[in-house]
Amino acid sequence: MNTSPLITLDNIHVRFPIGADWIGRPTAQVHALNGVDMTVAKGEILGVVGESGCGKSTLANILTGLVSPSEGSINWAPDAARKLQVVFQDPQSSLDPRLPVWRVITEPVFLREKRGSSELRDLAGDLAEQVGLLRDQMDRYPHEFSGGQRQRIAIARALSSDPDVIVLDEPTSALDISVQAQILNLLTELRRRRGLTYILISHNISVIRHMCDRIAVMYLGQIVEIGATKTVLAQPSHPYTRLLLDSVPELGKPLEAGLSIDGKELPSNLSLPQACFFLERCPFKNEKCDQVQALEAQTGPTHFVRCQRARELALLA
Amino acid sequence: MACAIFSIPGRKGADMMDSNRAVLEIDNLGLEFPTYRGAVRAINGVSLRVAGGEIVGIVGESGSAKSVTAMTAMRLLPEGRFNVTSGSVTVLGRDTLAAREEDMVDIRGRDVAMIFQEPLTALNPTQRVARQMVEVIRRHRACSATEARQLATRLLGDMHIADPEQVLHRYPFELSGGMRQRILIALAFSCDPKLIIADEPTTALDVTVQRQVLQLMRAKAHELGTAILFISHDLALVSQFCDRVYVMYAGSVVEEGPTMDVLKNPRHPYTQALLGALPEGAQPGELLQSIPGSVPNLSEPISGCSFAPRCQHVSHQCLSKPDLTGFNGQQHRTACWLFKDAAP
Repeated sequence: MNTSPLITLDNIHVRFPIGADWIGRPTAQVHALNGVDMTVAKGEILGVVGESGCGKSTLANILTGLVSPSEGSINWAPDAARKLQVVFQDPQSSLDPRLPVWRVITEPVFLREKRGSSELRDLAGDLAEQVGLLRDQMDRYPHEFSGGQRQRIAIARALSSDPDVIVLDEPTSALDISVQAQILNLLTELRRRRGLTYILISHNISVIRHMCDRIAVMYLGQIVEIGATKTVLAQPSHPYTRLLLDSVPELGKPLEAGLSIDGKELPSNLSLPQACFFLERCPFKNEKCDQVQALEAQTGPTHFVRCQRARELALLA
Repeated sequence: MACAIFSIPGRKGADMMDSNRAVLEIDNLGLEFPTYRGAVRAINGVSLRVAGGEIVGIVGESGSAKSVTAMTAMRLLPEGRFNVTSGSVTVLGRDTLAAREEDMVDIRGRDVAMIFQEPLTALNPTQRVARQMVEVIRRHRACSATEARQLATRLLGDMHIADPEQVLHRYPFELSGGMRQRILIALAFSCDPKLIIADEPTTALDVTVQRQVLQLMRAKAHELGTAILFISHDLALVSQFCDRVYVMYAGSVVEEGPTMDVLKNPRHPYTQALLGALPEGAQPGELLQSIPGSVPNLSEPISGCSFAPRCQHVSHQCLSKPDLTGFNGQQHRTACWLFKDAAP
């Protein structure tokens, strides 16, 4: 794998102002991302997991430039073409219902380059074939396709501007299991053929395990653990990663097995704790946990965990 | 008025005895929705049984009629928009397809409770939680508002909500998804029902919350001897939660039996394909075994096995529809010609 990263996120903070006082000044702030440091190497699949509200989608929006960071910076490698595309979760709402499919697919090209209709049509046909649709379906409208086919259209659209990086924001969570398998296979094949880099955002650990080289676990707007998928899933070192993995349903695993927290809610991100963010729910806390934790290298040079007891806990596990 | 809310009677013993009596029995149910392009045959001969105190799962992909089956059992589909073409539905010994609407109102909520997928739409956004809970409790139990509120507090406490009084005083939008779903589960148990139908109750929740909610739900159901019909698309979740499972495809049951039996030794090609399509089964980076083709169009008549066009074991026999055939002492049953001959 290439050692120089394609994209580097440096201490990204995102805060959204909410509420308004009598002259419209925001009264509070939602802390969506609280210091995300991350690199994406060329050609890898980086998985991002976490629960709702942990900042996964804000991270996607930062990468695509839909949201600009309140603090910190995103840096691309100097030789990179900076071409990035997105595939969203729900193909029902991410495709324009009033455009024929060939228009939908070629929109990213149409907006940037001057090209004739027949040329765009040909391009749409080629891309459609690559994602497993038929060339002669290109004059239909999105509603005439099934959910899986619509997600194929969304992937074809992402491919049309020939990107280097594709951000996949929950690409299969609206799909049935059998269709999910088709889409994941398609993504694997396209990556092999085109040398794409994926950032795969999902709450489904088994999808992440299957697809990704590296995995970043997010909690309350921070990365709490990042490393090679095998390492993180086999030896989860942050208590939250362990909780998350123990909670994932598995065929035949008893419901009660593993770590559990009793009914404690995710802390609000309106005001950030001045301690470890996971402190309240953590079953392993001790007196040193009342400080803000930093991401520190673990067993290997690529495995980082935001927990001062990580090594100790890894020994316990 | 004396009402026995402070000691929900321990029915456990009683239910153990009549656990063979079905709380829900669906027999060869067929149902279609008439449309101007012809009827959509949503359910094609489904038979399903939930015994007292049993946790039964229905799994299937979208369009397999798992929700419609449950809605029909509770008669929640809009009157006049559907035709029952065959079969019967019996809830606690009463025929719900023939029952009067007034009787159904009594059955729903008291004898059979339902938990839906999206807790925000199931709660009234303009009323505080307390008022909604008290209303439901008093609809089915003879007790005063104060007593009902005390019961509500206790039920929320049972759901491991740390500060029930505080939660009761809130509006639904002020609460997290997990908290809302716990309120609905508490509400479902509030009238001590014999059966709870849970339609994808945790799909909108995170995995950590999902596990908590299901643990609470199962513990409470075991305590009271309540039966649960659990509808889900998540095979792994069903394997952890249910005693028995029905696998549905295109409006028919294709396989049924004890959960671990069905999911560890699937017989029907569809169940096998579905399990094979899960990323868990494959090596990372390998291609997954997807199921070719797509689900049949239910507005066209299906003759024979509905999975035949996508099945890799298809033969001339599949032109006629196979019946469910049993193995392992009739517990594990499959609707496939492959096992017709092998059956004892």
